[in-house]
Amino acid sequence: MSTILIIEQVLNGLQFGVMLFLMAAGLTLIFGVMGLINLAHGSFYMVGAFAAAATAGATGSFLLALVAALAAAALAGALVEMVVIRRLYKAAHLDQVLATFALILIFSEGTRWVFGSFPLFLEIPAWLSGPVALPGGILYPVYRLTLIVIGVLVALGLWWLTARTRIGVQIRAGENDREMIAALGVDISKLYTLVFALGAALAGLAGALVGAIQSVQVGMGEPVLILAFVVIVIGGIGSIKGAFVGALLVGLTDTLGGIFLP
Amino acid sequence: MIVERWINWVTLLAFMVVPLWALVTDEPFTITLATRAAILALAAVGLNIALGIGGLVSLGHAAFFGLGGYAMGILAFHAQNYTPLELGPFTTEGTKSMPVIWLTAIIAAALAGLIIGLLSLRTAGVYFIMITLAFGQMFFYFAISWSAYGGEDGLSIYVRNGFPGLNTLVPIQFFGICFVALCLSLYVHWRLRSSPFGLALNAARQVPQRVETVGLNPYRLKLVAFVISAAITGLAGALFADLNRFVSPAMFSWQLSGELIVLIIIGGVGRLMGPVIGAAIFVALEHWLGGLTDFWHIWLGVILLLIVLFGRGGVVGLLTGKAGPHV
Repeated sequence: MSTILIIEQVLNGLQFGVMLFLMAAGLTLIFGVMGLINLAHGSFYMVGAFAAAATAGATGSFLLALVAALAAAALAGALVEMVVIRRLYKAAHLDQVLATFALILIFSEGTRWVFGSFPLFLEIPAWLSGPVALPGGILYPVYRLTLIVIGVLVALGLWWLTARTRIGVQIRAGENDREMIAALGVDISKLYTLVFALGAALAGLAGALVGAIQSVQVGMGEPVLILAFVVIVIGGIGSIKGAFVGALLVGLTDTLGGIFLP
Repeated sequence: MIVERWINWVTLLAFMVVPLWALVTDEPFTITLATRAAILALAAVGLNIALGIGGLVSLGHAAFFGLGGYAMGILAFHAQNYTPLELGPFTTEGTKSMPVIWLTAIIAAALAGLIIGLLSLRTAGVYFIMITLAFGQMFFYFAISWSAYGGEDGLSIYVRNGFPGLNTLVPIQFFGICFVALCLSLYVHWRLRSSPFGLALNAARQVPQRVETVGLNPYRLKLVAFVISAAITGLAGALFADLNRFVSPAMFSWQLSGELIVLIIIGGVGRLMGPVIGAAIFVALEHWLGGLTDFWHIWLGVILLLIVLFGRGGVVGLLTGKAGPHV
């Protein structure tokens, strides 16, 4: 087994890992802050990918497509939180599982209704396509490298958001004691909507970014969702740092295991 | 309780009358639909023992359903190809006999239930949901990569398996078999619920600490319930495979686990007839809405949301005016 192949596969694993992190971060935030198990998180991934593919098809701009993916997923997240999820915070886990399962059905079939059953394709823009030479003479796709960079940047941004900003303080306080921060005058329902929309937007971003490598189709979110569940269980539910470590671990294991194990 | 008893008998009666009426008016497709409903109901009755009495939200029951299906698929596959079935040092022949297949399915599902239960019952709440989901996915991916038995394409069985004394190719006779199995499972549920074991299990769902202080082990109670539940769902899987004469990894999919929970919710959690009513409504909706629009899952989703948000207790709860036991 040559070193170049191993390095390539490690990079692939990292790329998969950071995309998993984008999914898992939202999931773990939502669980940590609101105590909600959200099966419909994969739907936001799909919504982001479809919004990006449709926008890129109409305008031809990849950056606009990413903006559309973020906006569509955040909007869908905020809407879902205000209409449905808000009523489930105090409900039993069974109700949360069922309601979010119902949301998957609605999102998946709704998307099929609008876009049809055939997969869409999202093109990698010209300025990100092609390989780049890494030190040691390794050629690696620019786009995948960009994904790794974006993932790490988002992780740093999330860390900054939760550790250094006022919103972050409120989120962390909400994880510990929601009655207390409500009593201290924080509008808790607005905070919840914000956190949910943020989580959905991250999932939508991941969907759009990965959609350019794979095809954009109905049901693309669920396999990733299940891996993201594995990630947050490994990382500890509610922990962003844990989600990052867990995501890289699962990403590397999945990619390297697929190559080196029978 | 009296109202619920009436609902129970009317449901069972309707379940018998509809296929018989279809037989008289010569509409075999309706009988097939009723058979499908009976089998899904059987699977959900199995899940209802874990979910309704034990409060175990298992999102991995498709594993047992699929195991039952593959027990049928593998045995019948070897029988129709006249190839021996090698199990390590032993070699046996396949079979087309339903009772043997059922027994295999029940044992396989119960064993899997024991192993999955031993591990996942150490956790509770969200972790339990996720770990059962993960186990279900393991079986799913295993079935996809098991190329000896069709891999992703699944296995087709050309002729339905036989039952001594009956012609299973006649729709009404096969329905009879499934209906009897369903009634037996309902009897098991009914006896379990009022037995000392069922009462203890019920208590373990509500206040595990108290059950422990009287000297019972909640973990063991839940494990037994989980294994029984798995066995019944496994039997349903074998019948379902026989209905379609086809098994595929889709029987292991987590959407199916979700749908089994949905059946119970539509009917009413922890109710004896909840899964049966739920399955009947589900199959009717699938047929009726599926004929109106290709996107009937949207409406299923909307109905499910409404039931979860506003209609606690499902149909039975609605009719009796009482919400079901809280899970």
